[in-house]
Amino acid sequence: MDQPAQRRRRYAAVAATDRAFLVAVYAAVGLFVLLVALLFASLVHGSWPSLREFGFRFLWTSQWNPVTNQFGALPLIFGTLVSSFIAILLAGVVGVLAAAFLAEFAPRWLARPLSFIIELLAAVPSVVFGLWGLFVLAPAVRTSIGPFLQKTLGFLPIFGGPIYGVGLLTAGLVLALMILPTVTAISREVISAIARDQREAAMALGATKWETVAGVVLPAARVGIFGAIVLALGRALGETIATTMVIGNRPEIAASLFAPSYTLASVIANEFTEANGKIYVSALVELGLLLFLVSFVVNGFARILLYTALRRG
Amino acid sequence: MKRTLVAMTLVGLAACSGTSSGLLGATQLTGAGSTFDFPFFSKAFYEYNKMHRGVEVNYQSIGSGGGIQQFTQRTVDFGATDVPMSADEVAEAQSGGGPVLQIPVALGGVSITYNLPGVSALRLSSSVLADIFLGKITSWRDPAITQLNRHVTLPNVPIIVVHRSDGSGTTYIFTDFLSHVSATWKSRVGTGKSVSWPAESSVGGKGSEGLAGQVRQTVGAIGYVEYAYASQNQMQQVILENRAGAWVSDAPASVRAAAAAKPNVSAQDFSIVDERCAACYPIAGYSWAVLYRNPQDRSRGALLRQVFQWLVGPDAQRMAGALDYVPLPPGIQAIAHRSLDSMRV
Repeated sequence: MDQPAQRRRRYAAVAATDRAFLVAVYAAVGLFVLLVALLFASLVHGSWPSLREFGFRFLWTSQWNPVTNQFGALPLIFGTLVSSFIAILLAGVVGVLAAAFLAEFAPRWLARPLSFIIELLAAVPSVVFGLWGLFVLAPAVRTSIGPFLQKTLGFLPIFGGPIYGVGLLTAGLVLALMILPTVTAISREVISAIARDQREAAMALGATKWETVAGVVLPAARVGIFGAIVLALGRALGETIATTMVIGNRPEIAASLFAPSYTLASVIANEFTEANGKIYVSALVELGLLLFLVSFVVNGFARILLYTALRRG
Repeated sequence: MKRTLVAMTLVGLAACSGTSSGLLGATQLTGAGSTFDFPFFSKAFYEYNKMHRGVEVNYQSIGSGGGIQQFTQRTVDFGATDVPMSADEVAEAQSGGGPVLQIPVALGGVSITYNLPGVSALRLSSSVLADIFLGKITSWRDPAITQLNRHVTLPNVPIIVVHRSDGSGTTYIFTDFLSHVSATWKSRVGTGKSVSWPAESSVGGKGSEGLAGQVRQTVGAIGYVEYAYASQNQMQQVILENRAGAWVSDAPASVRAAAAAKPNVSAQDFSIVDERCAACYPIAGYSWAVLYRNPQDRSRGALLRQVFQWLVGPDAQRMAGALDYVPLPPGIQAIAHRSLDSMRV
């Protein structure tokens, strides 16, 4: 056998593997796109009777009444967004600070076990968070956290009104705890990945440790940190069982964070099994469609925000 | 539809295995539906299998709505529902599987529970209870309440109404009762497994355990829960004034009296709330099994009929009693038997 022929065959074999790999990669990505498209299509199909009956009214009316078949999702969208916003506000600040500590300040012997414990928190099933929220956090909010906030910040309408224990604030707190590991773990990885020479350069210029972290490391890591927060937000928006247990399940828009509220996912979890009648069932499916769209819009909005922030400098 | 897909996945496997004989030659019958019936069914079918090794009944408690859906699509042999199938639902099932039989299988009361430390044997009339759930009465010191409870000092706390947030037969029975005793409730809220709760200070708890947890933690809370749950968890219950003007608490005897007060119960006329008799507890209801009168597979149908004849008979109903359901009164057992006798197998 002559040499060039052998080489040609080997090249051909390599080219074939390359092509096969390329096909596999495209197929994997295509599968994702297809799944999302199918999910969207089946949601639209399932919610068609409700879409036709209520139209856009579904988005800005507030009545949720299965008896009279009147459905409006505004309070549910409100509850979903506000509870997730509280969670992301708290978990974002605490999570990034904790990540900075673990990556930059903590000695190795402490950082390792601490990271492990935080990641362990991510493995706790959400129903456990829900139970803890209902039996531990809700009473605490009613008897101590709530009254304290009301005494100190009661002049703000968001801390007014009666305190039930369950409600928007409690749901936000439970969600914050649930997404904290996501924010912390990813942010820590991102911060650790910042090149050593950047830190050393800052130190060489006479920056203190704190100035280095706040002025150099965190800004350099902001895209990754932002990604962590967006990922966590996705979990908060769609969380179902824990929220259902502590939010009070009342479809109403109230100014106070102590008031009971309701989320899109919770209504589906609560009412789907016993729902009967075409309009009712399709209204519930439409809530799923809305949840899909809300996550989509929030994610897109976050990305635009990030993009403009990066461009400005 | 999405719902169908979800339900199909849940029951699909069970239904598949149900169409053929099981591993050990036992015939597998399948059913799906009400979660309220589940403790009773799982105990009863287990005992039945011990007596009749050739028959296994597999019951999936996926909720009444899902049960009716599966029954209509004939992927299960029977369904179970806390509220009988409506005329529309029956028509839909009938178009595919022929005439539908609906038989009462379990009976239970709904207790009103509350959290007022130091107050036992709280008394409320039907109209006061309705006004509380309507949000018209908002304080435990309201004259309408204190007037009925002169022997106790009620704490000066606001009333917090706790209701089930998930769709539930318990909610149906309770709102059916409120619709019977209050015209305002009937027109403003109505009857349903999920309703739009009017009281301003109200919160929803998921499942009996969620509702009970909420009531236990909140001083001033009032809610409703099925008798079995209230009794097993030693929850305080309100003594209610029934339509005959007598004060009654939720107990097997008073629920049985309410059931006996309506001897001709049927799937079309099934409500037994607010009955007029001195011993009757006013908030109670049946759970129903649905079967096809002319099963496609007659031999399976014959086995199914035997199972249900036993289930609505005295032995199985005594088992239900031990699980804090109320055994069906003999007259109601007879109605169920007559229905089953009409099956063509």
